[in-house]
Amino acid sequence: MTRTSPVSARPRRTVRRVLALATALTLTSLSACSAGSLGSSDDSGDGVEITWLTGTDETAQATAQAIVDAFEAANPDITVKLDGKPAGAEGDNLVKTRLSTGSMPDVFDYNSGSLFQQIAPEKNLADLSGDDAVARVDDAYAPQVSVGDQIYGVPYGTAFAGGIMYNRKVFEELGLEIPTTWAEFETVADAIKAAGKVPVIQTYGETWSSQLFVLADFHNISAVEPNWAQEYTANQAKYASDPAALAGFEHLQEVWDKGWANSDFASAKVPDGMRLLASGEGAMYPILSGNITTLAAAAPDAVPDIGFFALPGTDASTNGLTAWFPNGVYIPATTEGDQLEASKKLLGFIASPEGCEAQASASPPTGPYMVEGCELPADVPQVTTDVAAYFDADKQSPALEFLSPVKGPNLEQLCVEVGSGITSAADAAKLYDQDVEKQAQQLGLEGW
Amino acid sequence: MRDVSATISTPPRTERAGAGGRGGRERRRRSPYPNWFFLPAAIIYGVLFLAPTLLSFYFSLTRWTIFDSEFIGLDNFAQFFSEPALTKGFVNTFIYAVVTSGAKVVLGMALGLLLTSQIVGRGYLRSVVFFPVLVSTVGVGITFQVLMHPSKGAINSALAVFGIDGPGWLTDPALALFSVALVDIWKGVGLATVIYMAGIVSIPNEYREAAKVDGAGPWSTFRNIILPLSWPATSTVVTLSLIGGLRSFDLIWAMTKGGPGFTSDVIASVIYKQYQAGFYGLSTAGNVILFIAVTAIVIPLTRFMAKKEVDV
Repeated sequence: MTRTSPVSARPRRTVRRVLALATALTLTSLSACSAGSLGSSDDSGDGVEITWLTGTDETAQATAQAIVDAFEAANPDITVKLDGKPAGAEGDNLVKTRLSTGSMPDVFDYNSGSLFQQIAPEKNLADLSGDDAVARVDDAYAPQVSVGDQIYGVPYGTAFAGGIMYNRKVFEELGLEIPTTWAEFETVADAIKAAGKVPVIQTYGETWSSQLFVLADFHNISAVEPNWAQEYTANQAKYASDPAALAGFEHLQEVWDKGWANSDFASAKVPDGMRLLASGEGAMYPILSGNITTLAAAAPDAVPDIGFFALPGTDASTNGLTAWFPNGVYIPATTEGDQLEASKKLLGFIASPEGCEAQASASPPTGPYMVEGCELPADVPQVTTDVAAYFDADKQSPALEFLSPVKGPNLEQLCVEVGSGITSAADAAKLYDQDVEKQAQQLGLEGW
Repeated sequence: MRDVSATISTPPRTERAGAGGRGGRERRRRSPYPNWFFLPAAIIYGVLFLAPTLLSFYFSLTRWTIFDSEFIGLDNFAQFFSEPALTKGFVNTFIYAVVTSGAKVVLGMALGLLLTSQIVGRGYLRSVVFFPVLVSTVGVGITFQVLMHPSKGAINSALAVFGIDGPGWLTDPALALFSVALVDIWKGVGLATVIYMAGIVSIPNEYREAAKVDGAGPWSTFRNIILPLSWPATSTVVTLSLIGGLRSFDLIWAMTKGGPGFTSDVIASVIYKQYQAGFYGLSTAGNVILFIAVTAIVIPLTRFMAKKEVDV
């Protein structure tokens, strides 16, 4: 025992040293490998390869792929690779992290409006002002991807609106006109109720759908007070104390007080609401126009019967639509040289009639493309046509979330409480103002 | 060798007898392990449990993001208690915990008695009672959400056969919390039953025989023998289900998400929502409140129940 121990100790030590060396080697070779793969886009022969970071989900990938296929056919010397990012808050974090560490791929798509402002565009993104890529971007959309005079992106997808889907057959049958003021809306709803149908469909089984009366009423607020969004962001305007802003909550309470909603409102989900609307048992459904896809899936035969109108406010002359704008496609400031040129070409292609066509082939439009020269296909649903008509007449304005970063997380629960008669409109508006305060403080906004 | 086996086999007995503390101290002195044996566990415990717990006390006093934090004193706590939605969650938590643990004690005891008696198919019935415990909570929640649907659910359809117009179990603001509590009881009563069965079976038969000789009927046997002697089981069930009820989240989230509105929110779901909304400081404060509330209730309760325990 005593004689063997010094002998056996040495090999053991060498073994340990070899192991340590091996570990060190694996580590270095790993890091070398990742550094190599980052630079690999440069050495792809004669053509240019760019990478586009888009959503990981199936529709996002399919839509992007359709564009890439059409783009590569038109530009054979450019290859576009797709990369995926998760949706929601996780994707937000990824985009912010990649931008701040300079590791963003050549092209990426992201929200427009106030979320776009939060990624510090003047620091992180390539300025496209005056470039051919943004030549066809619609004037209504440009402010959503601009800081001051600098424009940074092109629209990706179609705009949609918040308002009311209605059954045109029921309206025709009862001889009703589209209401342009809330007073008219009340008359219409009472007439529908008198006919034994459900005037206003509510679906709190999916709580987000309860917010439409408040969120889609924003056009009516800004029609009365054009600077409301700025004052709201600066902690000067409040939902509870401003009659124009409170109206949305009050309308929702009226739905409860007058018993306009369907009896299963508390548990119904959006597809249930769509079926109710399609069957003609229900006449009006406050929802997003983008949910036309839900309607098409739940009741495909009824799509031509369903139209869309804006939530009415106090004044018929300012009647208009609250619009949600499509995401933008951007180029980070880190993209340079050939990649930058190729990326600009891709953006120019996305914001062109060919690009719109490619998008339409992958997913049907739910509203207008915000690109000049892009026509909606002839066979789009009635809802899309109705929404596009508001845009053509320029009777639309952006939703609050495009103008202000302040949005409380509890709005949907509060709206459910108002719509279910648990809380009054005034109380809910007050609670929402408190909710919003937390959000503004967390964002570190001035004046809160 | 003998020493090791002794330490392994003693805990269940010494723990109870060790209330005086003498046994514990003696054991520590004669521990067969060197101190560094405990180091890995201590490091893991310190890094993963102790440090975050202590840090959370600090971060509950700040408004923080991943990158920085701003010290704001007790503002988060003030905010937590100033919002009706949050206080509602607090109240609901206690209602939920008391209702579920109370029902589990009563039903668990009843089922425990039934399943320790001589009935047909006892083994089968025992496993049937225990089965819900094994099913995933979220799965149970989603299933019951479907069963409790006001118009299409199986429960209301069954009631309709008898001409009863069933309520909106999960959509009626006055009922939602109790409906979830009901499912929680259904799911958790199996565990309570098993604990009671163990407690009842461990009561030596001599007591019952002696009582019978003294002319005690079934009620008085239960009242004077089984109830006091199964006290350890009761205290275990109460403690476990009360803690479980206070911090319950998964079932409520799967069934109502705290809705309709905020009517079935509990502390845990409120905390989750604050975190989801990015109010990290506020949700940390909520967690500290939950921690304090659970400690403040459970420690005195266990003390009280340990005192009432009778040695068999």
